Amino acid sequence: MGTPMDAEFFTAWIGEAARAVRAEKDRLTRLDTAIGDGDHGVNLDRGLTAAAAALAERRPAAPGAVLALAGSTLIRKVGGASGPLYGTALREAGRALGEGAEVSPAELARALEAAVDGVRGLGAAAEGDKTMVDALAPAAGALARAVREGRDLAAALEAAASAAESGAEATVPMEARKGRASYLGPRSVGHEDPGAASGALLLRALHTVAVR
Amino acid sequence: MSRGTVGLVLVSHSGPLAAETAALAAGICGSDVPLEAAGGTGDGGLGTSADLVEAAIGRADRGGGVVLIPDLGSSVLTARLFEGPGVVVADVPFVEGAIAAAVAAGAGGSLEAVLAAAEEARAFRKL
Repeated sequence: MGTPMDAEFFTAWIGEAARAVRAEKDRLTRLDTAIGDGDHGVNLDRGLTAAAAALAERRPAAPGAVLALAGSTLIRKVGGASGPLYGTALREAGRALGEGAEVSPAELARALEAAVDGVRGLGAAAEGDKTMVDALAPAAGALARAVREGRDLAAALEAAASAAESGAEATVPMEARKGRASYLGPRSVGHEDPGAASGALLLRALHTVAVR
Repeated sequence: MSRGTVGLVLVSHSGPLAAETAALAAGICGSDVPLEAAGGTGDGGLGTSADLVEAAIGRADRGGGVVLIPDLGSSVLTARLFEGPGVVVADVPFVEGAIAAAVAAGAGGSLEAVLAAAEEARAFRKL
């Protein structure tokens, strides 16, 4: 077991997530232009960049506080639906982590489940609605399973990231039932959901930071 | 709950849409109701600003509670972040709900009564 999951780890995660979203901004925008209002890449880039900057300035000492600050910053800075959704996800995860200085894999799994529950509750979305839940929920399930099976952190997060990526790809044939894409009805079929795509990027970033 | 006039906050993707809907509702129900607009992003673009919504709730709160009326999408999600004691979100048509809520608030209705009046607007038939 290498990487301790402390405040520095989660701060590095937000930084890596900001880098990954910036690198994929054009792809996210393309996906969102097909079935949304085309602002997902730009909005999330702005929000995560602001979150990384807020963390660099305030330097929260505990993982829970890192996620709470990142979540609140996303809510304030994004302006689109991804702000309240990812912001709530991070704040709920932060709340689940509490005030401890270091997080165990089991605690991380519970925090990811809390994050998904928060998104489901706020957006009233279920799996299969063609939303970020289709990436995040399988990731939470895969992480919990891997931790129960006693796999190490890198393997568990690889399982979570892969599940999120498969989940995002699985949104392509779905018909959207939530968000602006739902107005398109059957014409939303054939496009990957941008929120699921960004959800997969965030889970992959977590794995990247764990194996650094 | 103490009984000041119930306040309303209109949350829209568009600043002008929120402001004009608030003006329309005030024109119809009279100006005694705290009617606040929270539309668009902080820099005047299309979208939703949690900071603008929070500030509008503060201005609309006279002790009787506040009803948030969002238009759609991120407005709904952002409004829901502020749900809590004395702050409720109405799942109603934006214009019709705002007017129904404003009339009920102007008549001295409680938070529950104002929310119920707004929700009745969902079933209004125009033809």
